[in-house]
Amino acid sequence: MTHAIEAHDLQKTFKGKREVRALDGVSFLVEEGTVFGLLGPNGSGKTTAVRILTTILRPDGGSARVLGHDVVKEAGRVRSLIGLAGQYAAVDENLTGRENLVMVGRLNHLPGSYVAGRAKELLGEFDLSDAGDRPLKTYSGGMRRRLDLAAALVARPTVLFLDEPTTGLDPQSRNDLWEVIEGLVDGGTTVLLTTQYLEEADRLASTLSVLDHGRVIAQGSPTALKAELGATVLEVGLHDHLDAERTATLLVPVGSHPPNRSGNVVEVTVDNGPEAAMVALRALDQERITPTTFTIREPSLDDVFLALTGRRAEDDTDGDHAAADEGLDDRDEEITAVASNAGPINKAFTDYKARGHR
Amino acid sequence: MTNTISVPTVSGAPLATGLSGRIRWALADTFTITKRNLIGYTRIPEALFFSTVQPIMFVLLFRYVFGGAIHTSEASYVNYLMPGIFVQTVAFGAVSTSIGLAEDLQKGLVERFRALPMARSAVLAGRTSADLCRNVVVVIIMTVVGFLVGFRPTTGVLPYLAGIGLILLFAYALSWGFAVIGLSAPNSETAQVMSFPLLFPLTFASSAFVPVDQMPSWLQGFATYQPVSVTVSACRALMLGGPTATWLIQSLLWSVGLLAVLTPVAVRRYRTRT
Repeated sequence: MTHAIEAHDLQKTFKGKREVRALDGVSFLVEEGTVFGLLGPNGSGKTTAVRILTTILRPDGGSARVLGHDVVKEAGRVRSLIGLAGQYAAVDENLTGRENLVMVGRLNHLPGSYVAGRAKELLGEFDLSDAGDRPLKTYSGGMRRRLDLAAALVARPTVLFLDEPTTGLDPQSRNDLWEVIEGLVDGGTTVLLTTQYLEEADRLASTLSVLDHGRVIAQGSPTALKAELGATVLEVGLHDHLDAERTATLLVPVGSHPPNRSGNVVEVTVDNGPEAAMVALRALDQERITPTTFTIREPSLDDVFLALTGRRAEDDTDGDHAAADEGLDDRDEEITAVASNAGPINKAFTDYKARGHR
Repeated sequence: MTNTISVPTVSGAPLATGLSGRIRWALADTFTITKRNLIGYTRIPEALFFSTVQPIMFVLLFRYVFGGAIHTSEASYVNYLMPGIFVQTVAFGAVSTSIGLAEDLQKGLVERFRALPMARSAVLAGRTSADLCRNVVVVIIMTVVGFLVGFRPTTGVLPYLAGIGLILLFAYALSWGFAVIGLSAPNSETAQVMSFPLLFPLTFASSAFVPVDQMPSWLQGFATYQPVSVTVSACRALMLGGPTATWLIQSLLWSVGLLAVLTPVAVRRYRTRT
């Protein structure tokens, strides 16, 4: 099958006072109708990759295709098929929401009558109908971001590039935007999104590449990434100390390391989550111990980044982020079952570990 | 005509085929961007202020404050002054070209434009065209203000309109120069700061307000032949009479020459700016 986006060994160096290798051989494939995430901290090369794929920048080396069209040689064709929305909310502040959408529609060379209807439709879909005829100066950050996304959708692009679509948004606006993006993918749009938010990549992307200093340091599904990097954690809460101690002893055989007991909670690291959980539950049942809580927890994507790069994905952790992390834990239980059939992460990561980067 | 556009039924933008289709779309894109910039001007009160109130203040300042101290060959100073004020006003107005472009770059709008299937040239052409439209409004206002403070052109309507046309052409050429500044500046504030060291000598070390023969001799050469001066002199000749041809040709040469040099420089800047 053809891929919606193909990047082969992309290279880009910015020359200035200090030479910066923004991309140092980045390759990835994005299947049609899926969400692909480029995850990495500031300066890792995410935006440069997006700018090359959207024909804004030319690569120094390597090549890229969008829907089979070369981004350098067939830039015009690529531009007519893609939509771009970014963290900088590239919309004209002096124009109204509607005027912005109409302008983008006209610049896509769509007929005036079509553009007017499409603008109205999009304002409705993005809950901006009331604000549609107000200048953007009066919009909130979330409204502006929604309009930016709406502008990217005027020409119904087949492939959508979202450069840090939710950076700086409050949790509610972020959630709203996530739902919009999920809706688009359900409608068949291919989405490439960059993010620094681990939970965002986890929630939206079916495949992701972790970028660091212009290189792909890991690639795979979010679940596979987590499965490959760390073992699953079983967390068992008990009624009292005595049960906890007995449980800790019982779980020695299932753990890859000796269980950890703190208070009435026992944590044990296991290699195969679901299977180990069944063994553990059977053992507890035989001893007539009833746990108060029983959690199969995967290491968070944050841990993944820490393990890969030796530092956290975000330097300055803010309150919003922490709050969203809590939400992540709930879902971890649901996706644990998938963990066992998650294949190995690509060779890049194995090599990376082999080279001793920790 | 219809075969150059395929109206999208499913997704994506239609594609231009052939040279004529591309030219037509480049013009349409320029029109769209021009319109967008003009709407923008009406929504920024500061921009309206600078393009109308500031030049009026200059007229009043020179007409009633400095005018009495400046001696000209022209019988009335206001007649001498007004062509100079016209050119000075449009020259100052050209700064808005650099500020506008620097702002579009800074705010990421140019990024969006670059990812759209629009003509590459339309962002610059649309900006300079919008500034040309604004200058038309400005010279109309200035004409009215001029008449109110006693400006009386003596040569008739057609030469007067020719003078206005010459000013607008010069302003358009200057716009491209300031476009280069806007594309070179890291932000709009710097664009503005970068513009003034260029503007002040051009407008004040010129024959716009003071006859050149009253300046020190080392300055007279520059002040006589620099583009603002020759355009002002050509306008004076067209609006008030006197030998016209030499000034007119010099002004046209300046404007056309500036356009020929600055347009490709600006376009190249736009393409290479990352």
